[in-house]
Amino acid sequence: MMSDNKTIEIQHENILLQQKKSNLSLRHATQSAFFTILWIGGIITVLILLAVTGYVIFQGFKAIDLQFLITPPRGGLSGEGGISTTIGTTLYLVLLTIAIATPLGVGAAIFLVEYASDNNISSRFLKGMIGFSHFGVETLAGIPSIIFGLFGYALFVSTMKFGFSLLSASLAGACLVLPVIIRTTEEALLAVPRSYREGSLALGATKWQTIRKVVLPASLPGIITGIILSVGRVVSETAVFYVTLGGSYRMPKSIMSSGRTMALHLYYLAMDTRAFEKAMGTGAILILSIILINLLINFLSRRLTAGLRGVQ
Amino acid sequence: MNNTKLETKNYSMNYGSFRALEDINMQIPEKQVTALIGPSGCGKSTFLRTFNRMNDLIPGVWIEGEVTMEGKDIFEIDVVNLRQQVGMVFQKPNPFPKSIFDNVAYGPRANGLTDRNALAELVEHSLRGAALWDEVKDDLDKSGLALSGGQQQRLCIARALAVEPSVILMDEPASALDPIATLRIEELIRELRENYTIVIVTHNMQQAARVSDFTGFFYTGESRTGKLIEFDLTRNIFTNPADKRTEDYITGRFG
Repeated sequence: MMSDNKTIEIQHENILLQQKKSNLSLRHATQSAFFTILWIGGIITVLILLAVTGYVIFQGFKAIDLQFLITPPRGGLSGEGGISTTIGTTLYLVLLTIAIATPLGVGAAIFLVEYASDNNISSRFLKGMIGFSHFGVETLAGIPSIIFGLFGYALFVSTMKFGFSLLSASLAGACLVLPVIIRTTEEALLAVPRSYREGSLALGATKWQTIRKVVLPASLPGIITGIILSVGRVVSETAVFYVTLGGSYRMPKSIMSSGRTMALHLYYLAMDTRAFEKAMGTGAILILSIILINLLINFLSRRLTAGLRGVQ
Repeated sequence: MNNTKLETKNYSMNYGSFRALEDINMQIPEKQVTALIGPSGCGKSTFLRTFNRMNDLIPGVWIEGEVTMEGKDIFEIDVVNLRQQVGMVFQKPNPFPKSIFDNVAYGPRANGLTDRNALAELVEHSLRGAALWDEVKDDLDKSGLALSGGQQQRLCIARALAVEPSVILMDEPASALDPIATLRIEELIRELRENYTIVIVTHNMQQAARVSDFTGFFYTGESRTGKLIEFDLTRNIFTNPADKRTEDYITGRFG
């Protein structure tokens, strides 16, 4: 009896052991297979990215020298000249767009997160409006940018008679980046721990003081990320500005002047002229500015979060 | 007998259709430490948060009965004003991501105090009051989050003191701290008792016995509605409880 039992036990153990082994090697094989697929996918992505940026920057650098950066384009169909005024216009447009979009977007996000969820709001109309604005923000983010351009053209350029100008373009651009700023700010506000809000309220601070002194500073890194993402969006946008900014190659003199951003200039060069190298040069400068903006995001958000955590 | 600082009369609290607290009558004496004990979910924290109207933040809350401070209905007092008089220390230390100085100066600044000297004096006074001054006096610019857990909690106490309240509510102030830090908080509570009315929620029965003058025992049955079973001098509650459930709880038979 005893020995029988023992043999059965040993057999059973052997089976278990075998099962474990085969199971384990199969699992290892599956894992290696999938790792390989993931690696290949990753490498292809990086290669494509490198090929595009590398090609543009390599081609572009043939056209880039100091002269290219500091002379204005000659205009017309010649494709001659540099890009100095387009750099200036891009800068103006970015500043103006952000100046319009940031207060609106951050304000809307504060409203949606801090006030719209307030239990004191009993009016069904208001609740409906809030639900609708959430839906609106989601939808705006998915609309092709040319629609914003057409809308900007219809409203700002013709109806409000701002003409093709920095003003029209920045207003239309603000519509384009508002969803980005609202969403990132909302997420940043929601990430602020409830204990901060309670702590502040319990000290006799008003709701607005709590938002202004505790919630906003704590969510600043997220808000700044949203703003810088929007800067990148404005720098790289063409469709919206094609129909609102006009295309003057001169330096804008006021917010009512027409102008040409780098991306827009690139579009004109590529479509209307044979200045292939100049187009590539402009593209290279564009790519470099986008890379710079991204580095800036990383740097700023890391520094700000470190400061908040108390590690200096 | 001491003056009554806070009082509830037939006080009930509901979240929508759920009754969280029922028919609570309690007189909390001035400049004494009152402990609220009871098993988890019995509503003692909810009850504590009544006095600075923190429950106002929760959607769907409605109350019945009366809650008064020095005879005045607390729901008639402006909530910002009330919270200046009734400070609160939370379970988890929650300093703001600001410097130690700015943490303590937060309340006074919110009240409109801007004079630098007055602020500096008030910050020192409050930090001394919370027995933290000697440890941080050279690091007032350091982030409050860089302190240890026990120091953070004393910073939160200092922050509450800076608003010059007359009542301090403490919601399990030491439950996230190690035994030594806990002991320091308890010593501090005994000191603060001189000048403040303190109401403390605790899960730790020894703590209630050590720091409090009065104890209220909360209990809830199947209904999950919290009730005050017994309220008396701490000494009586722990040596000669009137209710069987109180006795079972303090002797560790449940909860």
